[in-house]
Amino acid sequence: MVETIVSLELAVDERLVIKKNRLTPVNISGKEKRICIVTGLHGDELEGQYVCYKLIKEIRENIEYLNGIVDIYPSLNPLGIDSIHRGMPTFDLDMNRIFPGSESGAMAEHVAAKIIEDIYGADMCIDLHASNIFLREVPQVRVSEHIKDKLVPYAKLLNMDFIWVHPETTVLESTLTYSLNNKNIPTLLVEMGVGMRITKEYGDQLVTGIFNLMKELHIWTGKVTPVRQPIISTEKEVNFINAKASGIFMPSVKHLSEIKKGERVGEIFSSLTGEVEEQVISPCDGVIFTLREYPVVYEGSLIARVLGGAK
Amino acid sequence: MRKEILYTLKSPHRDDMRVTGYKFGKGEKTACIVGAIRGNEIQQLYTCSQLIKTLTKLEQKGAISRDREILVIPCVNPHSMNIGKRFWTMDNTDINRMFPGEKNGETTQRIANGVFEQVKNYPFGIQFTSFYMPGDFIPHIRMMETGYQSPSLANLFGLQYVLIRKPKPYDTMTLNYNWQMWEASAFSLYTNATDQIDEVSAKHAVVAVLRFLTRMGVIKYNSHSGYIASVLKEDDLLSVKTTAGGIYRRLKNPGDGVERGDILGEIIHPYEGTVKEQIISPTDGIIFFAHKSPLVMENVVLYKIIRRLHE
Repeated sequence: MVETIVSLELAVDERLVIKKNRLTPVNISGKEKRICIVTGLHGDELEGQYVCYKLIKEIRENIEYLNGIVDIYPSLNPLGIDSIHRGMPTFDLDMNRIFPGSESGAMAEHVAAKIIEDIYGADMCIDLHASNIFLREVPQVRVSEHIKDKLVPYAKLLNMDFIWVHPETTVLESTLTYSLNNKNIPTLLVEMGVGMRITKEYGDQLVTGIFNLMKELHIWTGKVTPVRQPIISTEKEVNFINAKASGIFMPSVKHLSEIKKGERVGEIFSSLTGEVEEQVISPCDGVIFTLREYPVVYEGSLIARVLGGAK
Repeated sequence: MRKEILYTLKSPHRDDMRVTGYKFGKGEKTACIVGAIRGNEIQQLYTCSQLIKTLTKLEQKGAISRDREILVIPCVNPHSMNIGKRFWTMDNTDINRMFPGEKNGETTQRIANGVFEQVKNYPFGIQFTSFYMPGDFIPHIRMMETGYQSPSLANLFGLQYVLIRKPKPYDTMTLNYNWQMWEASAFSLYTNATDQIDEVSAKHAVVAVLRFLTRMGVIKYNSHSGYIASVLKEDDLLSVKTTAGGIYRRLKNPGDGVERGDILGEIIHPYEGTVKEQIISPTDGIIFFAHKSPLVMENVVLYKIIRRLHE
């Protein structure tokens, strides 16, 4: 059943409406567990669109196996998605930096508070992101260090290639994921693919993982496919490779490929002089889990992240 | 006056981006003034240009104190300014949410770091800045409540108001916050314009800075004494929000005194021209902030009023 969780009047003959689709078992006991799948907080991230569609379709076709409530929020920033705008149009701050928001706050803070209010009480939440237009990410779950013991066991069920346990930073305290975890709703932040595109195989991979997670939570009783074992960052060092020169980047490796220390990740060249400005070299043996997608780079642009080397 | 290039970023296709500083006096680093960090901060750029013009004359007259150095950086982001974009040209990140920056980080982290390394050792830091909502303020000094803030020093600018804001997580990466963390006395000076030039307000801002520098013994400049500021906390301001979307007719301006029940503005039906909503003042007080954009949606902050303060 499609429900409206936020409705605000816009200036000219339109409303800002945020909707969710609630899928429920045929017979409801009132004691069902609830999982929320949220996406589209950044308007340029579309990977979640396919995941929502596929999940709804598979649940509907096998509704007899549904034993809990699945709330799917495909578009938390509908104006942004519609206008290819990462943030919320007319609002300066990143929407994922204003949580938990405030019911009595200004427009965006009010929207944030309504989203939290609607998710509140869920047993699990997946906050699905898709990098941005600049970087392609392998399917991964990002977990803040301080709650890794609680979340990593769930993250392992999601059929992702990688779990990145990262240090906590103050600025991330205002994200949706942090706010929900802070309210005791286990929330997994998924990053995969690239902005403005849909990578079908990643979507299928995650849907398999979500069914597996739902089975573990007794929300799904149907058969599930065995999931892959993710690499976990706590065992290795995450190395960032940033451009030392400005120019055009062309990769010479594939995403998720293994690389040796000193091997070439790609090159940055000048399209004016025909010169190679920088040979981009891997600082360690490892696996490339983030790779530059957008070719134009400035000094400092992130080229790749490599998981490898002793911690 | 010495003009120096403080930071250079090579662009793949455009001219290099140069952050230029103007130094006055010699000896101990004493005060640093930073202008536009965002590409639409035209008023902040203009105000700095007028400050540089005045300081140049004062230096020629020998009015800079011995062993005192002042640095003025009129623009941190000329690349965005030249294409009419508020945030960074390529990835739309906000340089003023990247401090203290990172030498080997992403492009805007590098710019922030390049600038911060130049400004961090000045014990007085003044930034001309703009708000994240479109609107006008009464000119004031704004400080973050970090434990290092000093309202008595802020009073020396001689502006009518000093506002103290409790930092939110997203504030922790601004220049003002990080200046304070570096134990500088940091002040953000808000004039009542951003993307348009307001000559009167710019002049007041220049005089306020010169007054402060004179009172701190950095320069000799005779001006009237200004005001003894009212020190406000952000929580003291009452937000007045819309309950409908439409065309906004502003009837009160920053600095206007209002009484409870006064009509502050109207929301006009965008097609039919009728008044959909009257914005009524819920309190006696003085308008501190007034929204500017002619189209508004529901739940937008139109005014912030200093409660129970009279003209």
